[in-house]
Amino acid sequence: MSISVQDKVLSIIAEQAMLDISDISLNMSVEDLGLDSLGLVEAIFSIEEFFSINVPFNANDPSASEFDISSVGAIITAIEKLVLKECN
Amino acid sequence: MNRVVITGQGTINALGFNVASTLKSMENGQSGISIMDFPNIDRLNVKIGGQIKDFDPQLYFERQKITFYDRFTQFALIAAKEAILQSGLVFEGELSQYSGVVFGTAGGGLQTQDENYRAVYEDGKNRVHPFVVPRLMNNAAVSHVSMSNNLKGPSFTVSTACASSNHAMGQAFHLVRSGAAKVMITGGSESMLCFGGIKAWEGLRVMSQDGCRPFCASRNGMVQGEGAAVFVFEEFEHAQTRGANILAEISGFAMSSDAGDIVMPSVGGARRAILAALQDAKLNPEDIGYINAHGTGTTANDKTETLAIKQVFQNHSKKIMVSSTKSMHGHLIGGTGAVELLACIAALKDGMIAPTIGYQEYDPNCDLDVVPNEARQQKVNAVISNAFAFGGLNAVIALSSI
Repeated sequence: MSISVQDKVLSIIAEQAMLDISDISLNMSVEDLGLDSLGLVEAIFSIEEFFSINVPFNANDPSASEFDISSVGAIITAIEKLVLKECN
Repeated sequence: MNRVVITGQGTINALGFNVASTLKSMENGQSGISIMDFPNIDRLNVKIGGQIKDFDPQLYFERQKITFYDRFTQFALIAAKEAILQSGLVFEGELSQYSGVVFGTAGGGLQTQDENYRAVYEDGKNRVHPFVVPRLMNNAAVSHVSMSNNLKGPSFTVSTACASSNHAMGQAFHLVRSGAAKVMITGGSESMLCFGGIKAWEGLRVMSQDGCRPFCASRNGMVQGEGAAVFVFEEFEHAQTRGANILAEISGFAMSSDAGDIVMPSVGGARRAILAALQDAKLNPEDIGYINAHGTGTTANDKTETLAIKQVFQNHSKKIMVSSTKSMHGHLIGGTGAVELLACIAALKDGMIAPTIGYQEYDPNCDLDVVPNEARQQKVNAVISNAFAFGGLNAVIALSSI
């Protein structure tokens, strides 16, 4: 399960950032990916649509959200938790 | 007051994907009206429209950008690109600060609204794409044209139903004439041909199910169209100094309000707008050789407009050619005056008088020379373009050759 969440999130981020998945590492930040705020919002929308989850992300003040976007790895971990919660 | 000239024009509409093909279709008296194609059309009584067929936005825009562009924004960007390219202007430095965008639209991002209402109401979805708001907002087309071309001066959207783009071009004209701007990118864009858009119009029972026949005794209503036309309005000396190819001069503009009925037109309001436009342009009625009529093909408009023209032009009204090109491209609502200005410029520049097609039978209530069915070749020196909106808001532009 966790592998496929990671792969799917990576592919969504890669598509949004117009990068190859192979160019994305887990310690990269949103800025490193070259994603602006709207790009991030669109990526989160695609993630929500695919996994049928609600991501608690506030574009108004991303740092105030409980959703950790400090790195690609942090985003994947957070999505994995949300997907698990949804499954339960 | 500065003189204002047109140095670029662009369009996409049911008659063509650019100005040359559109004018060719007008000259040939071709109709762009056909059976429309979109979801749930089987539930509409009105199935015809001036829809732009075989349009692939991916040929014009990067995929990432398309997510921001409603169809009405796509049309505006395509038309603006053609117009600005023709003008030869590049907006940098001070020129960029003194150049802006004013467009008319009535429905704005109606396609985006329609799609997303369908998603949340019909399909029961609880989530919409994050860019719904920036796509549907009425100023989206203006903002994207401003962003794409580095236009940093006065920019806004005008929404006055069927007169939107005439009102918009009038504001652009005033901004350049007063010196508040050197160059204005202006015109209008509309894309209402979707289930919700047509269903709403159907309710009014003013739509024809078989064709748009302005001024014809057998007319039975309007037919909608979609698309955009965009112009470069430039201060005359600025254009002259840089050796620009000047297409025509905007010599006057006027607006009036009927203060009467929310849908029925008024002879008085139309007459006052036409007269005031002539006065503003310092033109006499005898100077006008061609009128691009509002000519919607409804019983009320065409009769009222004929009376207004006769009251203003009196004996000269018999000598003026008056056509409604809506018979070919349909009624683009907030974008219609812009597409119709193309016919006005072609009349001045090339002596091509676009026809009123679909004309079958003389109507004594519309006893004007409506240039029936076939284009004419005749030199004219001054023209006007009428737009009379629902809500009684009228806007008339006068153009002269240069």
